Amino acid sequence: MLTDIFILLKQELAITLIIFLLLFSKLGKDWGTENILKLVNLLLLVNLLSGFWYNTEGSLFGEMFHTGKLVVLEKNILNLATWIISLLAYPWLKNHKHAVEFYLLLLSSLLGMFFMISSGNLLQFYLGLELSTIPLAAAANFDLVKKRSSEAAMKLIISSAFSSALLLLGISWMYGVNGSLDFSVLATQTGHSSFLVFAFILLISGFAFKISAVPFHLWTADVYEGSPVAVTAFLSVVSKAAVVFVFVSVLYTVFKPLADLWYPVVFVLALLSIIIGNLFAIRQNNFKRFLAFSSIAQLGFILVGISGSSQGGTASVIYFILIYIFSNLAAFGVVLLTGAVTGKENISDYKAFYTTNPLLSWILTIALFSLAGVPPTAGFFGKFFLLMAGASKGNYWLIGVASLNMVISFYYYLRVVKAIFMEDNEHPIARLSIPFPVKLALYICVAGIVLTGLLGSVYDYIYSLSTGL
Amino acid sequence: MNLSLLIILPFLTAAAVLFCRGLKQVRIVALTGSVAQLVLSVWLLFAYCSERAAGNHSMMVFENNTAWFSGLSIHYHVGVDGISIAMILLTAFVVVAGILVSWAMEKLSKEFFFLLIFLSLGAYGFFISLDLFTLFFFLEIAVIPKFLLIGIWGSGKKEYSAMKLALMLMAGSALVLIGLLGMYYATGSFDMLQISQAHIPLATQYLFFPFAFVGFGIFAALFPFHTWVPDGHASAPTAASMFLAGISMKLGGYGCLRVATFLMPDAAHHYAPVIILLATIAIIYGAFATMMQTDLKYINAYSSVSHCGFVILGIGMLTQTSVNGAVLQMISHGLMTALFFAAIGMIYSRTHTRMVAQLGGLLKVMPFISTLFVIAGLCSLGLPGLSGFVAEMTVFMGSWQNPDAMYRLATILACASIVVTAVYILRAAGKTVMGPLPEGYANLTDATWNEKMAAILLVAGILVMGVAPFLVNQLIGPGTEHIMQQVGQVINPK
Repeated sequence: MLTDIFILLKQELAITLIIFLLLFSKLGKDWGTENILKLVNLLLLVNLLSGFWYNTEGSLFGEMFHTGKLVVLEKNILNLATWIISLLAYPWLKNHKHAVEFYLLLLSSLLGMFFMISSGNLLQFYLGLELSTIPLAAAANFDLVKKRSSEAAMKLIISSAFSSALLLLGISWMYGVNGSLDFSVLATQTGHSSFLVFAFILLISGFAFKISAVPFHLWTADVYEGSPVAVTAFLSVVSKAAVVFVFVSVLYTVFKPLADLWYPVVFVLALLSIIIGNLFAIRQNNFKRFLAFSSIAQLGFILVGISGSSQGGTASVIYFILIYIFSNLAAFGVVLLTGAVTGKENISDYKAFYTTNPLLSWILTIALFSLAGVPPTAGFFGKFFLLMAGASKGNYWLIGVASLNMVISFYYYLRVVKAIFMEDNEHPIARLSIPFPVKLALYICVAGIVLTGLLGSVYDYIYSLSTGL
Repeated sequence: MNLSLLIILPFLTAAAVLFCRGLKQVRIVALTGSVAQLVLSVWLLFAYCSERAAGNHSMMVFENNTAWFSGLSIHYHVGVDGISIAMILLTAFVVVAGILVSWAMEKLSKEFFFLLIFLSLGAYGFFISLDLFTLFFFLEIAVIPKFLLIGIWGSGKKEYSAMKLALMLMAGSALVLIGLLGMYYATGSFDMLQISQAHIPLATQYLFFPFAFVGFGIFAALFPFHTWVPDGHASAPTAASMFLAGISMKLGGYGCLRVATFLMPDAAHHYAPVIILLATIAIIYGAFATMMQTDLKYINAYSSVSHCGFVILGIGMLTQTSVNGAVLQMISHGLMTALFFAAIGMIYSRTHTRMVAQLGGLLKVMPFISTLFVIAGLCSLGLPGLSGFVAEMTVFMGSWQNPDAMYRLATILACASIVVTAVYILRAAGKTVMGPLPEGYANLTDATWNEKMAAILLVAGILVMGVAPFLVNQLIGPGTEHIMQQVGQVINPK
């Protein structure tokens, strides 16, 4: 039993261990921020690598906690993203007084996500979700001198409290209907009692809030703009990915009996997210807001894949999220570095960026192309497979709208590329020196963008682990 | 022969370009790579001929089929027939010529040559693909370099043109994507050969044929989606114009034929009247629009709309001869416009104007370039002995074979457009190369060695095709026969 706990809970325990190590580092003499940052990055790398060995299937605590190869893979993906964000945040945290606390918050949130992904019970899911959101609200406030940062934190905590309330109400109704919160029990329920439908509506609204699907997206742009870039990156990539992972498993297991009901709902959410996200992204000048709205549109594409509800659909969603992590983090990395050094965050500041920073320009361009879904970057494969999964149900007009929206998204991504390469600027951003951790992270992202797509084996591996509805 | 070499070689060249320093190294590497590619393409031609002579009558030769995403039954499947080989040769010619005319590209030379070669990689990959996913992948690869080439190195309203071109072509590929998914779910495969055997249900064909055809049609300047052509070509730097007209528009024509018509033959018959109508409008509208142009590049760009109309017309008529003519027209138009744009680029780099009204008497100071210009013009208006005549004549003959009265009317109208072509070509050529020489032009120099090489290459292609069309016909004949068998199998032409 005890060995079971150590093996099955290994990733959670590793994170907890790092959290405690960091806590103790605050005791005694001051180690210096840079040393701590190096240590943390190293620990996160070890944590990431350790996720690839001794992975077994099993459950703990009376089915509350469940793990398997797919779950471990999802956790590894989140670990990878956290490590990359940690590397990218280096130039920002280097001069920050409370770097250790930042990691405490970030890792607690990650721990919550791990429990959430592994949950086999709605209660466990809810606990994990809360653990993952509340620290993030504090982290959003981490630009301690900026007013917008605390505004972002306030908005985040209020909106997530609201969505949590919806979820909690939904969960209690579920319990009222079925007398159990275990996924395995819920999956076998039959019939459409109106209670169940109502619980479903509440739950799906809560989820839509967390992944900021339109029309539940209103908090996103402000929070993204106000938060420090590293937190924005974490919010838009890691926290969204974790909720999507759970969303898929909840839809495919708990709401399996309601499949004919949730299909149109996911469908509408997908369409709205793609269209509204795109239309708003066109008008943005602030880079973070721009990425916020474009991430809403990307989420719409993920929902298209989810609506396919096949084995290929699940695989495409996880695959796309992996690619999205690489692409979005590469873009955020460049924005973060530029912002940390010059304080400039607007797209118009990037005019003639290529004349001074060719390397960063190419990285940003590749990242944007991947987000836009242009080959040979991985984004192309991700989007193609999502649309393919969505088309499996024969809803070609959804695919039509989605693929025409790819053209719109192409426009605004190209706008940035145009600014970088083609427009003139009297005062372009000065040449930036790239610190080693950032460089490493950006190279990893670019390698990921190029290889994840072209190597078919990555997809095939994910496909072999996935299951459909 | 391993067809993947055709992709690997440009890839290596592009990678090598990135490690070069300075214009001199870059252009040598780029030229070496593209000449090697040309040699490879010619070798492929001979390998293909000997394979056919040895009695291999399968539709595609040198096939290679490897699983890529096995979970989704997506394969990397390549193979060639005569049509693809003709297209590959065309691409190789235009690439070498394009690199030669950009010999003095000072601005960001490394990036420029990298993008040119990357663009050609997309085209090569596209022409050898037998799997729809691979094909689509390479089709989209070719879009981004165009955007950057026009936007960074272009002239005039370059940013507008680059954005317009990129968005319209992306819209085209979005439509293609819908068509591909429709075919995939009807047959469970992306493999063109399997799909062609599987026979897609009629309703599915009727639904998805327009998506695929219009999608590829946007690339091939199908009316009314041709509006990117004039702006894109006019703003692009010389080599990029040559690539756009010589290679990129051919992707569309090839896709219309190989994907839309070949895989959905019933729908091709069903929609033929619409296709022919649009093609006829494009031919006539393009010709008249050209008459009104005063900028040499716009003249050539609008005449491309008209000439590519012949490609679409040939495909729409669905007879063996007309489809042959469409393929011939693609090759001819590719060589001819590339030559035309090269000549315009040479004139512009010396006189710094492309306005017909400001030019004149160039034959006196630059006889070589002026001759090129006239050859390209004469080829464009269909002078016998040059490739344009062969191609257009074949299209007309093939179209006339279709006995329907409306189709014949369309053929007559298309034929009549040649008169208009003659008007604008002769007018532009006469004004530009003859007459009095404007002041200040007396000291202009003639073509340099690299420009001569590029031109000779293209002119040789035009002449060979014009004088000995049977060579090209033999090459593409079996390919179009296979396609027509598929089309004829379903509904016998009256």
